[in-house]
Amino acid sequence: MSTTVTSSQLSEKATGQLAPTSNLIADFLQETIALTRRLFIQLQRRPSTLAAGIIQPLMWLILFGALFQNAPEGLFGSGINYGRFIGAGIIVFTAFGGALNAGLPVMFDREFGFLNRLLVAPLVSRYSIVMASAIFITTLSLIQTVAIVVMSAFLGAGLPNASGLALVTFIVLLLVLGVTALSLGLAFSLPGHIELIAVIFVTNLPLLFASTALVPLAFMPTWLQWVASLNPLSYAIEPIRYVYLHNDWSLGSVVMQAPFGEVTLGAALLVLVGFCAVALLSIQPRLRRAFA
Amino acid sequence: MAPAVLIENLQKRYGSVEAVKDVSLHIESGEIFGLLGPNGAGKTTTIRCLCTLAEPDAGKIEVSGISVTENPKLARQHLGYVAQEIALDKVLTGRELLELQASLYHLPRSLAKERIEIVLDQLGLQDYSDQKIGTYSGGLKKRLDLAAGLLHQPQVLVLDEPTVGLDIESRYTVWSFLRQIREAGTTVLITSHYLEEIDMLADQVAIIDQGRVIASGTPSQLKDKVGGDRITLRIREFTPNDEAERAKSLLESVPAVQEVIINSAQGNSLNLVVSAQSDALSTVQRALQDAGLPTFGIAQSRPSLDDVYLAATGRTLLDADLAAAATRDEKAERKKQMR
Repeated sequence: MSTTVTSSQLSEKATGQLAPTSNLIADFLQETIALTRRLFIQLQRRPSTLAAGIIQPLMWLILFGALFQNAPEGLFGSGINYGRFIGAGIIVFTAFGGALNAGLPVMFDREFGFLNRLLVAPLVSRYSIVMASAIFITTLSLIQTVAIVVMSAFLGAGLPNASGLALVTFIVLLLVLGVTALSLGLAFSLPGHIELIAVIFVTNLPLLFASTALVPLAFMPTWLQWVASLNPLSYAIEPIRYVYLHNDWSLGSVVMQAPFGEVTLGAALLVLVGFCAVALLSIQPRLRRAFA
Repeated sequence: MAPAVLIENLQKRYGSVEAVKDVSLHIESGEIFGLLGPNGAGKTTTIRCLCTLAEPDAGKIEVSGISVTENPKLARQHLGYVAQEIALDKVLTGRELLELQASLYHLPRSLAKERIEIVLDQLGLQDYSDQKIGTYSGGLKKRLDLAAGLLHQPQVLVLDEPTVGLDIESRYTVWSFLRQIREAGTTVLITSHYLEEIDMLADQVAIIDQGRVIASGTPSQLKDKVGGDRITLRIREFTPNDEAERAKSLLESVPAVQEVIINSAQGNSLNLVVSAQSDALSTVQRALQDAGLPTFGIAQSRPSLDDVYLAATGRTLLDADLAAAATRDEKAERKKQMR
């Protein structure tokens, strides 16, 4: 407390402060990078969430694989065991779960008042807050995906070819982006983290069971087939499963026999892109109000 | 030149609660402006509107001539805001938080580095800058919060109850810091419900109650305006109503006594306004004695800002605070605070 403010600081203040925000893009990047950096510093100092996020899907892989180990050969498609079948489901379920939780840190920032620190700052766009969360969560999801892919390869599920892996990455990104957007929308709409956790709780597992993650459509009663074939998760799971089993995939490959007809890989991707776009658009009004 | 902060006829309601009914403030550049009032008076809401955290329902707010509603981004560059609740990230180090803050205000890297060193020095934080904020004491956290608010060298630094819950040493640190930045030309808007703090620090004061400004001026102007001296008198520790009323009518007939208020929240103590003459105390005591009333305690003082508040509202700040605390609704508070 001994330093006094010098006159040079004052003159600097006069000039520096009124300087026009010359480069909006550079400023947007600066604020986004700084906010993202904060999330990664948190992760680095509290690595338990990352560790749990990697261990959990690996346990799913092992446990689910073991549960159905003695299922009759060919039950899940010709010549594949359950271990090969379940990999795609675990990848999508894990990415989905992670993205669903994306809103929690933002909710805590709201509750603790840290968000106010961001809102009183002259951010170029408050979407940098959303952007930072999205970058953080997608990075985490990709790390988890890599772990699952490597682990299931060890467990004998094999590996998709290079273009297949690229497709897996693309699908995970689309899903994570869409679900993260929805979660952030909730984080700005619900009154507190208790409510957000409640929503996550009632969404997570039901959507898993009402998808093709654990069993193929053909196993389900007709009503559930309808539900599962309207569930966006299925549109992420089935293409990934297909490229795991077929190296000769193309956009025209039929990946799902829905009650209303065949779904091709290309159509599934379109559904995901659509889902993502709808999710991003649907949170716009809420964010605009929160950021007004 | 435009005033540092201009607020005209501000109104803001939350649901059915009119948090701010009509507030106008005129804050000149380079002064410490104190906003004084009990809890729930509308201080924080006024500040939230100023700092673009809440949208006013009506009224005009300008910072150095820039409208905060029409040009919020530019206005934010001129404002530094230190909230009442200390919202820091306990996982980050002090320096990392300041780096984040610098990026949010788009300071170039080299300038940010330089400024961070300056504010760390200014607030005596150098020794702690690379420790995690989670290890900081309450006083250190507040100092870091102040450092963050000042990092971009705003023209107006807005502090909402900066010394609530601080130990006395940290309070002194905050006070001397505020005086220092005033010397450097920064305008400071500070809210408080500590009278002494505002009395001592502020060049200009506005007293706000139930969403309205009820008095404004320099602290000594305000005190002079209420005039006279104050006598606080207790007949007994807890005086019965009838006895208090009796003493009141008795004392009102004493020539030196201008006004008598029964303070029911303080065990029916009597607050007297007396002409500023030296023998008022003994005159009052004698009058009580002659009427056969005991004296549990009696004290004479110069008028304080509390008396300014008392004269305007008929209750003391402390009572108003307690009354406000009783009516607080947790849900409504959360709704106001959270975005």
